[in-house]
Amino acid sequence: MSEQKQSSGDILIEELNRTNSSSRIGQLGQLVLIPILAVITGLAIGAIIIILTSESVYAAFGNSIGSGLGEAFGVVYEAYWALFIGAVGDPAKISAALSSGDAEAVRRAFNPFSDSLVTTTPYIFAGLAVALGFRTGLFNIGVEGQLYLGAALATYIGFAFTDLPPILHIPFALAGGLVGGAIWGFIPGWLKAKTGGHEVINTIMMNYIAIRLTEWLVKGPLQRPDAQNPISPIVLESSQLPKLFGDPIRFHIGFFIALATAWLVWWYLFRTKMGFDLRTVGANSNAAKYAGMNIVRSTVLAMSLSGGLAGLTGANEILGVNHFFVSSFSPGYGFDAIALALLGKNHPLGVVLAAMLFGFLRSGATSMQLNAGVPVDIISILQALVLAFIAAPAIIRTIYRLKEPKESDAMMISAGFGD
Amino acid sequence: MSVVLELKGITKRFPGVLANDHIDLTLEEGKIHALLGENGAGKSTLMNILYGLYQPNEGEIHVRGKPAKIYSPSDAIDAGIGMVHQHFMLIPVFSVTENVMLGEEETRGIGGILNRRSASKKIREISERFGLDVDPKAMVGDLPVGVQQRVEIIKLLYRNADILIFDEPTAVLTPQETDGLFEIMRSLTAQGKSIIFITHKLKEVLEVADNITVIRRGKVVGSTVPDQADSNKLAEMMVGREVALEIDRTPPTVGDTILSVKDLVLLDDQENVAVNNVSFEARAGEILGIAGVQGNGQTELVEAITGLRNTQSGNISFEGKNITNASPRKITQLGTAHIPEDRQRDGLVLEFPITDNLALQEYYKAPFSKGLIMQDGVILENAEKLIEEYDIRTPSASTSAGSLSGGNQQKVIIAREFTRDIKLLLASQPTRGLDVGSIEYIHSQIIKKRDTGTAVMLISTELDEVMKLSDRIAVMFDGEIVGIVDANTVTKEQVGLMMAGAVEEAMEAAA
Repeated sequence: MSEQKQSSGDILIEELNRTNSSSRIGQLGQLVLIPILAVITGLAIGAIIIILTSESVYAAFGNSIGSGLGEAFGVVYEAYWALFIGAVGDPAKISAALSSGDAEAVRRAFNPFSDSLVTTTPYIFAGLAVALGFRTGLFNIGVEGQLYLGAALATYIGFAFTDLPPILHIPFALAGGLVGGAIWGFIPGWLKAKTGGHEVINTIMMNYIAIRLTEWLVKGPLQRPDAQNPISPIVLESSQLPKLFGDPIRFHIGFFIALATAWLVWWYLFRTKMGFDLRTVGANSNAAKYAGMNIVRSTVLAMSLSGGLAGLTGANEILGVNHFFVSSFSPGYGFDAIALALLGKNHPLGVVLAAMLFGFLRSGATSMQLNAGVPVDIISILQALVLAFIAAPAIIRTIYRLKEPKESDAMMISAGFGD
Repeated sequence: MSVVLELKGITKRFPGVLANDHIDLTLEEGKIHALLGENGAGKSTLMNILYGLYQPNEGEIHVRGKPAKIYSPSDAIDAGIGMVHQHFMLIPVFSVTENVMLGEEETRGIGGILNRRSASKKIREISERFGLDVDPKAMVGDLPVGVQQRVEIIKLLYRNADILIFDEPTAVLTPQETDGLFEIMRSLTAQGKSIIFITHKLKEVLEVADNITVIRRGKVVGSTVPDQADSNKLAEMMVGREVALEIDRTPPTVGDTILSVKDLVLLDDQENVAVNNVSFEARAGEILGIAGVQGNGQTELVEAITGLRNTQSGNISFEGKNITNASPRKITQLGTAHIPEDRQRDGLVLEFPITDNLALQEYYKAPFSKGLIMQDGVILENAEKLIEEYDIRTPSASTSAGSLSGGNQQKVIIAREFTRDIKLLLASQPTRGLDVGSIEYIHSQIIKKRDTGTAVMLISTELDEVMKLSDRIAVMFDGEIVGIVDANTVTKEQVGLMMAGAVEEAMEAAA
């Protein structure tokens, strides 16, 4: 009886997990359709914003309506084409490189694509971290802090342990990232389980502590000996995630580690009995108690695992891309991850796809700014729009006149089924 | 006799379902018209149409001979139609007067000051006229449930409703309160009010109704009057087949004591004493009924026995082993099965498929899990077997538990709990909200468990259910067991008095 009053956080989590888990064949269509329509709608509204903020469109409208419309179309086309080329690659260059048969040219032509995957990788880890928490009914807003701690520990292992072969050093450093994040997730998990202190508040506060703590570390014990700036030493090559192609192509094996991790998370949640515990606690903690599950253990475990995944995000960035620690190296992966998990319906596969959407948009945004003069901030607006539409599917259903899949319909059908 | 309300050919379609199929209903002035039907038969849909919450696809509503357009509850109230909901719409921290005035505030002066005095006066008049006996100044939260219901009735009378709809009004009442309600209903009709009484309880219909309309699967299957009907006939009309209302019960073969509770004291969530010094034993092969009005400590007692609530003091033992404050899983493993009182809150994970729900108690061990891995194949086979065996009506084993009807949800729980090797069964409100067909089935399953030597505790606020199934009855009032009586010799009235705390009167009645 103690959990009768739901906090708003619980209700949100219920809402987040609901659509996915109650999905049966009838609802499966909408499950995929709504995110796709949300992206399309987001792009459409993004186009309008691009037009409205474009000086040249106003100028062209001054001449005639026809030229105004033409210019408006031209501006949007240019921006989105630059976005596409920046994210995926220039089809002309790719086909030329493929027909030339020169391996180096092919790699370069595909570089935007592989670079987008590099951008995608931290989103996958961080999105998985949040999704795993949500599945257990926990709202881990502390991914940002956890990834900083994971990054710091991975950095330390990366530069402090010399003479290790890569086959040992890389897993060791990654494990350091995992442990660093897991510790930072364990604390709010333990507080929640033992004292009832809400994880939302505690993880937010732990974010501040983690970010400032690592900032202090990199100004003190972890500072690069010869440096004035607060940066860490470069991690040893033996700990760096191997690049698959030569410089300047950044693509490293982190993406594959992320995919493997996503599979592992899926396997853990949906195939093992510990995962069943977590999902049951998340879906109905009263029923979990009734079935003899240990809520305290599940809560602490889920927060630790979630933190661990967050820690891997940081470790991946340090070992794969940056190679040294600097404070504020994360552009807010931990916060974007909340949106990502939402977009991916807290399912590992969904998270991977959502992360790719974010990664490709982010990656293409730079090219859009350089080549079409459209500020990267448009991408933030676009992301926000897409998420708003997914969080409030009623909007998309109204725009596209989709019928809401009602639980009550299904109920009536099965009620009329027999008794 | 004039007709106050006439429904003509009301039809309501939901996607895939015909909820109301050309329903005709005629309510005469000053009569109690019972609308009888199983859950999902279409009673609620029909009443929601009458109350303006749904619009019918076809059909007409006539109030006092004139066609009425009812698009919202306020249209309904304007037409003189009022509804006493099953769950009261009252604000506990407001007084009776304030609750009644709400939405219909009478004010005076420039500042719009509430005119409580005139409202109180009107409430007192209504109360006296219909024998409702409600103090307008009382705080609603302090009133017993039966009186709160009367406040709901006053709300309607205050708004001059003369067609009153009572939606399952006796579900929350003690037998004595139910009698009181029936008296009020008679007094209302004697003074010209007309009542639609929605219920699935046959005895009440026979006792209080003037006319009876039975609906099944959205259609009117028959109309009758109490003089020409009996319980068996009505049940047959409701369900569409013959129903065994009386259970064939052989005398119990009582075995060893399975559960022993001594001097148990429990606190509720607000840290108030909920169970005070309770002692009893449950024995193999016997059904121990726990009777009592909702909220007299039964919930907490069951939670303590199943390990879901810590005890303050006292002792619980299972076959001699101390299980006080043991974990729920340990208690389950010893051989306890629990049908929880709120099946959706505790008994099922609604968004999980039936397969997982059927494995909820034993998912962690063989054959459902091997090592760390859950064996989906085994879980599916188990589900298919149980769906067949317990006749769970579902499109497939992977359907989510939340999309099943209440009766089928309960069957999922029963299938899961009964297939284990159990020595003690705790059945809390096992038939709450279920229809006659499901109730019959669940009762027969409980008896079957008893006959195979399981100790059964039946915790129910439905006195009829406790009387029908139990061998012994323990009555709880205000956290205490006020008496344990032999179910074969005690009368319903005696148990009813004990449920209200009047133990001495009960004993006198026995003498």
